[in-house]
Amino acid sequence: MLVEEKRWMSAEEFNAQLGLCQFLPGPNVINLAVVVGKRYCGLPGAIISPLGLLAAPLLIVLILGMLYDRFGNLPLAQSMLRGIAAVGCGLLFAMAWRMGMALKEKPFFLPFTVLTVAGIAWLRWPMPAVMLVGLALSWGVAYWRLGKR
Amino acid sequence: MVFSLFFEFALLSCVAFGGATALLPEMHRVVVEQHHWLNDATFTHLYAIAQAAPGPNVLVVTLIGWEIAGLAGALSATLAMCLPMSVLIYLLIDRWEGFAGRRWQKAISLGVAPLAVGLIFSGATLIAQAAEFGVAACLLVLATVVANLNTRLHPLWFIGVGASVGLLGWV
Repeated sequence: MLVEEKRWMSAEEFNAQLGLCQFLPGPNVINLAVVVGKRYCGLPGAIISPLGLLAAPLLIVLILGMLYDRFGNLPLAQSMLRGIAAVGCGLLFAMAWRMGMALKEKPFFLPFTVLTVAGIAWLRWPMPAVMLVGLALSWGVAYWRLGKR
Repeated sequence: MVFSLFFEFALLSCVAFGGATALLPEMHRVVVEQHHWLNDATFTHLYAIAQAAPGPNVLVVTLIGWEIAGLAGALSATLAMCLPMSVLIYLLIDRWEGFAGRRWQKAISLGVAPLAVGLIFSGATLIAQAAEFGVAACLLVLATVVANLNTRLHPLWFIGVGASVGLLGWV
């Protein structure tokens, strides 16, 4: 919409900023909305743009939450949600696979994926600590590899 | 409770490399295992609802907040998830773009990627665990992975199939 309809930014600009927002922590779309909003309208834009993006979906999700409170304990609703959860779980595995395949220099960086899974999914360590240590090590390796090129 | 919900989620948002999906394991740890605000089944159901709903995937946080503390919980959890990084990005974006291409900056984006992959993979295993999937459900998960990697079908098709298979009582 930003690129094709309104021509507010070029595809390259969009990709660069999406790239930035994808590896920063926090919800990617919201981060992107803040960046684009600031770019065009300063502080008001940076506040309005994520709110605009969230308002309608938020309302829908709240209605779904109310429906869940009312009908969530029906066996039929529960089995439907279980089916969706299974599919959602598959979509997550597929997403992880795709992102993993896109990693550069896998012999150097895939071990960090394995360590993250071990720490978070298996040992159930607190995520902030795992991320701080993991990021420091992974950043170090990345810095070193970049110097080798 | 709303306050501690806000505080927990605001802290989490700062390490959410890979977006809200990457936070599933840690949200489960905090919300289900640590505070016992929700149980496994409800957590799984909320994840499913958020998957099926339109809009950014951060909204699973809204649903979790809603179940724990009603409207105040929904709004404060969502705000807590979005606000810290939004403010930081607002303040730093210009300086960050000025550093474009530096070695240390490239190293950050290169270094974060493998961790994000690990977090999302962990999120998937967590859902499988919390939902206590049986054989049929595991087959559905596997079929989804294969179909998703080999076709360009929109995710909503998958959600539709999942809902139908679920309604038939197969999983």
